[in-house]
Amino acid sequence: MRMKYITVIGLEVHAELSTKTKIYCSCKNSFGSEVNSNCCPNCTGMPGSLPTLNEKVVEYAIRMGYATNCTINPVCKADRKNYFYPDLPKAYQISQFDIPLCEHGYIDAVVDEEGNTKRVGITRIHIEEDAGKLIHSESFSGSLVDLNRCGVPLIEIVSEPDLRSAHEAKAYLDSIRAILQYLDISDCKMQEGSIRCDVNVSVMPEGATEFGTRCEMKNVNGFSAVERAIEYEARRQIEVLEAGGTISQETRRWDDLAGKNYLLRSKEDAQDYRYFPEPDLGAIVVPEELLEELRATIPELPGHKLLRYMKETGLPFFDANLLCENPDKADYFERCLALGRCQPKAVSNWLLGDVSRILNEKNKTLADTKLTPEKLCDMIALIEKKTISNTAGKTVLEEIIWSDKTPDDVVKEKGLAQISDTGALEAVVRSVIDANEKVVNDYRGGKTNALGFLVGQCMRQSKGQGNPAVIRELLEKALG
Amino acid sequence: MSLYQHTAKELHEKLLKKECSAKEIAESVFARIDACEERVGAYVTLEREGAMAAAQAVDQKIAAGESIGPLAGIPVAVKDNICTKGVLTTCASRMLYNFRPPYDATVVEKLRGADYVMTGKANMDEFAMGSSCETSYFKKTANPHDLARVPGGSSGGSAAAVAAGEAVLALGSDTGGSIRQPASLCGVIGLKPTYGSVSRYGLVAFASSLDQIGPFGRCVEDVAALYGAICGRDKMDATTARRDYPDFSAFNGDVRGLRIGIPKEYFGPGVDPEVKELVHAALRELESAGAVLKELSLPGTDYALSAYYIISSAEASSNLARFDGVKYGYRAEEYDGLLDMYEKTRSQGFGDEVKRRIMLGTFVLSSGYYDAYYNKAKLFQKALRAEFVAAFEDCDLIATPTSPTVAFRLEENVDDPLKMYAADVCTIAVNIAGLPGLSVPCGVSEGLPVGMQLIGPRFSEQRLFDTAYAFQQLRGGSLCPMPELA
Repeated sequence: MRMKYITVIGLEVHAELSTKTKIYCSCKNSFGSEVNSNCCPNCTGMPGSLPTLNEKVVEYAIRMGYATNCTINPVCKADRKNYFYPDLPKAYQISQFDIPLCEHGYIDAVVDEEGNTKRVGITRIHIEEDAGKLIHSESFSGSLVDLNRCGVPLIEIVSEPDLRSAHEAKAYLDSIRAILQYLDISDCKMQEGSIRCDVNVSVMPEGATEFGTRCEMKNVNGFSAVERAIEYEARRQIEVLEAGGTISQETRRWDDLAGKNYLLRSKEDAQDYRYFPEPDLGAIVVPEELLEELRATIPELPGHKLLRYMKETGLPFFDANLLCENPDKADYFERCLALGRCQPKAVSNWLLGDVSRILNEKNKTLADTKLTPEKLCDMIALIEKKTISNTAGKTVLEEIIWSDKTPDDVVKEKGLAQISDTGALEAVVRSVIDANEKVVNDYRGGKTNALGFLVGQCMRQSKGQGNPAVIRELLEKALG
Repeated sequence: MSLYQHTAKELHEKLLKKECSAKEIAESVFARIDACEERVGAYVTLEREGAMAAAQAVDQKIAAGESIGPLAGIPVAVKDNICTKGVLTTCASRMLYNFRPPYDATVVEKLRGADYVMTGKANMDEFAMGSSCETSYFKKTANPHDLARVPGGSSGGSAAAVAAGEAVLALGSDTGGSIRQPASLCGVIGLKPTYGSVSRYGLVAFASSLDQIGPFGRCVEDVAALYGAICGRDKMDATTARRDYPDFSAFNGDVRGLRIGIPKEYFGPGVDPEVKELVHAALRELESAGAVLKELSLPGTDYALSAYYIISSAEASSNLARFDGVKYGYRAEEYDGLLDMYEKTRSQGFGDEVKRRIMLGTFVLSSGYYDAYYNKAKLFQKALRAEFVAAFEDCDLIATPTSPTVAFRLEENVDDPLKMYAADVCTIAVNIAGLPGLSVPCGVSEGLPVGMQLIGPRFSEQRLFDTAYAFQQLRGGSLCPMPELA
């Protein structure tokens, strides 16, 4: 009989922090600048240059620590991790070794649509500097180096091996990203590499008490790539075990295009990074008052908010999750609810539907618009009171989102008030029936869905103002 | 007496009284360089044009009636491991034979602001690793007092330039004795400042936790003035202390009641008897002027040399890793791929002594050895600091020989690293403890200068200057006679 296996996963997430300047110099921390333009003697590893710590980086990392329930070490230090590579101009990375800034935390990641959560331990969060980038070009036989990214601040978030499936890993990563966004400490742009992931995977037979030997996959880019990489690696290890083999500890490279991974180096070839305390920087000492101040800045976190929305407003997971994705959107949603003028589900539908569509089309955010929660809710209330139709609501939205006009202004200006008066609508119904003899015959012949077409024609003729329910009633009566 | 023979203090007065111009001072120093540099070899790079331009700018200031500071128009040699914008900074290594930094070290920026005149970049042991200036890739520097002997090291070029009159002042750097030992061997005054009092920004790092830039001069006032110009908090160097400094222009020559500790470990069998006797004689003079001499013991001294070679080599192995041929400096001409480029570049670019230290440092940081070596050395460092703190409860400062011997012959120790390392036995503990140490000439043995080292608590430079000033007064106002070199 085939044995069942449990997959054990631990993740190391590197997130670039969005501080204005780099971690050890005053160069700008920005993506997409001209090659080697955001560089000073520090970034380029000039002889004699020295690092000075950007305290904002420490503050950002501590906030992440608090948001993930970590203990903060108020006294810690920087360490040098030594290795040679052309994108690392000093030939060492300033990181943290034995005393990380934050440790012993956890997060509760929401893993399914019922709102069930999984507690995942956070081993540690430490601060370090990013390296540069190698550029390979067909017009040049060697490699080129862009050092703009040198010194971009990173936090490395190391999880406990608590994850048991690719799905859980994805849920964990989504939670981490959402927290980073809520704290506004990282751009979280995957395509710009602002979040990168090292994945550790092992498998063990069900019922076993000891983990299997783990393999690490470096720099897996993208959360769905992480899922694929985990599934592949778990399958690979199980196949090896099933064939009577053993897993050896190694580092492998995930090739997402090929859907495979390759051996990078075995444990015997593991590098000795010769860590030692960075002598150019003093101890990192965080005063108690600052810790308190930082702790107080932690907002309600997305996982908590999501579950609260589901519980308090009855929204389905899908809606609540999308609303919580971005703190600005969630905040907007809550300001709408606080007005008490319309139903939560209606607000959610408009926010996630037409409002999002318009913003996406124009590549804008809510903050760029003139759509106050008051205006949106007034508009929704007009629909709920049947003053305007849903269709007219869309027209109103297109107007009020970019102008100072109120929904009432637009309704008056465009004459969008819904007509429910049967006398006025009967004439419309009559003329539509006269003009669509064939469809009318189809309907009478039993094609009931032809009615929808006729309702649409009536709506069009009434310039969207006719109450569709009244029209339907009148049509049915006239054709019945 | 020619202008180059004067101290900075005297030259400053001459400039103020318009008895000479800054241009004349520079010309005098360069004439002296022309006369003896071939034999002394103090410089890797001479900056004649830059010096003349800087001197003329000072003269214009004076002509315009502007006030000038004590270093304005004073010719200063700068050790070749201190970055000077656009001017070769080689660390006396093939690895940086063509390196022109795009920026100035903080100390250079400060001296530029003080209107100094940079004569050139002084020779040194490669990457400051050595005690004789003989590991320089470019040239050997001779001791101006005996051209067959070494000037000491690693700041041998700086010391020799000041001793020979090829500069009035000089900057050096001191990681284990690299200012004090050559000052002693060349018969000039040299200060290794308190760790954290002078910015290291722009000093090409050897051992970051021990390195410190410091001044050379031919009188106490000059050394104090140069120190006063370069010390202070620098936001570019996180290891500089946040504190205020006096301007080091006033000296208290009264040593009555000053308690001078004499640690017996520094007068052991490894120290030349005549050196010991000259230091004792100097101390007796201070005693007769009212100082109180106290015997004491610093047992940690015996381990200082070992701890030093572990800590300094460990840091050096990491600091020198950036010299990989990718970005600047030397790159091997032929190679096959990245790894080969690294290996050939570093094999060809570094000299033997540098390679020896990189290997030593790499070893002591290796996994499995870290605790036995590096960690233990760092623990010893703590203990040694405590030992000095305790010692300074019973005395105000400590006096020792600076070097166990007078200048040795060129080539004498090059093939015996351990013997070479022993040259720093009296100076190393000061770096490990982060203390200030001042070497002052205290006599001559067989025609060669002998230095006495004064060690104080952290940030006690003023006390060291006061005591040295008193000693200078006792010796008739001058400690550094200049050799003829005719």
